[in-house]
Amino acid sequence: MAVVFYLSAAVAIVATLLVITEQHAVHALLYLIVSLLAVALVFLALGATFVAALEVIIYAGAIMVLFLFAVMTLTLGPGAMEQESQWLRVNNWLGPVALALILFFELVYVLGAGAGLQTGTTAVEPRLVSLALFGPYILAVELASFLLLAGLVGAYHLGRRDEDEEQETGGL
Amino acid sequence: MIDWADTVWRLFTVFAVLIGALLVAAGLIWVERRLLALFQNRYGPNVVGPFGTLQVVADMVKIFTKEDWVPPFADKSVFVLAPTIIMAAVLLSFAVIPFAPGFQVVNLNVGLLFFLAMSSMGVYSVVLGGWSSNSKYSLLGGVRAAAQMLSYEVFMGLSLMGVVLLAGSFDLATIVDAQARGIWYVVPQIVGFVVFLIAGSAETRRLPFDLPEAESELVAGFHAEYSGMKFGMFYVGEYLGITLLSAMIATLFFGGWSGPLLPPFLWFVVKAAFFVGLFILLRGSLPRPRYDQLMAWGWKFLLPLSLLNLLVTGAVILAMA
Repeated sequence: MAVVFYLSAAVAIVATLLVITEQHAVHALLYLIVSLLAVALVFLALGATFVAALEVIIYAGAIMVLFLFAVMTLTLGPGAMEQESQWLRVNNWLGPVALALILFFELVYVLGAGAGLQTGTTAVEPRLVSLALFGPYILAVELASFLLLAGLVGAYHLGRRDEDEEQETGGL
Repeated sequence: MIDWADTVWRLFTVFAVLIGALLVAAGLIWVERRLLALFQNRYGPNVVGPFGTLQVVADMVKIFTKEDWVPPFADKSVFVLAPTIIMAAVLLSFAVIPFAPGFQVVNLNVGLLFFLAMSSMGVYSVVLGGWSSNSKYSLLGGVRAAAQMLSYEVFMGLSLMGVVLLAGSFDLATIVDAQARGIWYVVPQIVGFVVFLIAGSAETRRLPFDLPEAESELVAGFHAEYSGMKFGMFYVGEYLGITLLSAMIATLFFGGWSGPLLPPFLWFVVKAAFFVGLFILLRGSLPRPRYDQLMAWGWKFLLPLSLLNLLVTGAVILAMA
């Protein structure tokens, strides 16, 4: 299981780098999907089968399809890739990378100080995940549902048609 | 130490399921053409071989020897990748189905979620195929497929949660065991069954839900630019899809391999075959809806219905406990 963990972690890192450097928007999205699938395998290697399945269903399967849907309907001409390559100049990414490197070393230090988790010790049952979510973490679940409800109401408001506008176009 | 008998048995199940699924899907092409012909008062393929059964072989030879053409205006790498995704996703789903007691490739404790995950991966095949062809008909087909499959996936998942509540597990073997000891879940979950049947056939993009293809308006929709074996993979992928769907319906709602007298595996085959026949009959008898009808029907009727079903199931289980 340790081999699976390191292999899929490496795939995730390489795929994510390619997401950033790839100049073609749809190809970049495909690398992002690969990266998410690799993260799902990382969860699986750590014994979190339920989270792994949800990662594939929700992130790789639903959210990324929506992304792809949006990018597909934009007509990206030959100019788009040129524009993208101009945005990826050294002085544009040097600052963020330097800051992210500091965070990375902090992360490695913190992880090195604490005891790491063993891979593939036991597979966690979906039942246990639910008990944890609706037991000690109930507040976080409720907060997340607030946020989602706000998003839903906002989306409904943006997508709503005015009554008179609908009459002008003759409705559906 | 490696347990050789166990390893050999596992390898056997892997290859048996893989080859079996592909053979059944290929055979279904003939079965569907014959059955559709029967429904429509004609003969169907009846010349090549006994009862026309070798028609499949003839079609295979034709499709393998056709020129494998990639349009010069297409996005080559994605164009080649797209048809393989559907085959891989559907074939992987067969791994979690319990065909008989102990005859299952892998016993995952999230087997049902794995099936849903793989079916949501299958969407990419159609969407990317439509996009990478770089033609307006294909793109329209791809866009339709993305919206249709994403919408129907939502209730497909929700309609199965009633079964999960009753069995108390995502594990397909446990779900079948629970039905073998008690009652088939089609009885308490009749609403879930109907929603799953509809959402499932929308996921496989077959008539009446073949709007991504819609040959009367979009040429051939997402696979208009495909030829040779790349087209063949979409085609076989569709038949693998109905086989998988029928197997899932048999497993989740009709007790899987459980049944009297006959051996378990035979029961499973009989049940799955019945639903394959039902899907072919649906194709032969229903017209294609308009696109806005499809969307409205899904979001305004099926989604509230499946949520209500989940609510009532939960309430009844709480009251009984």
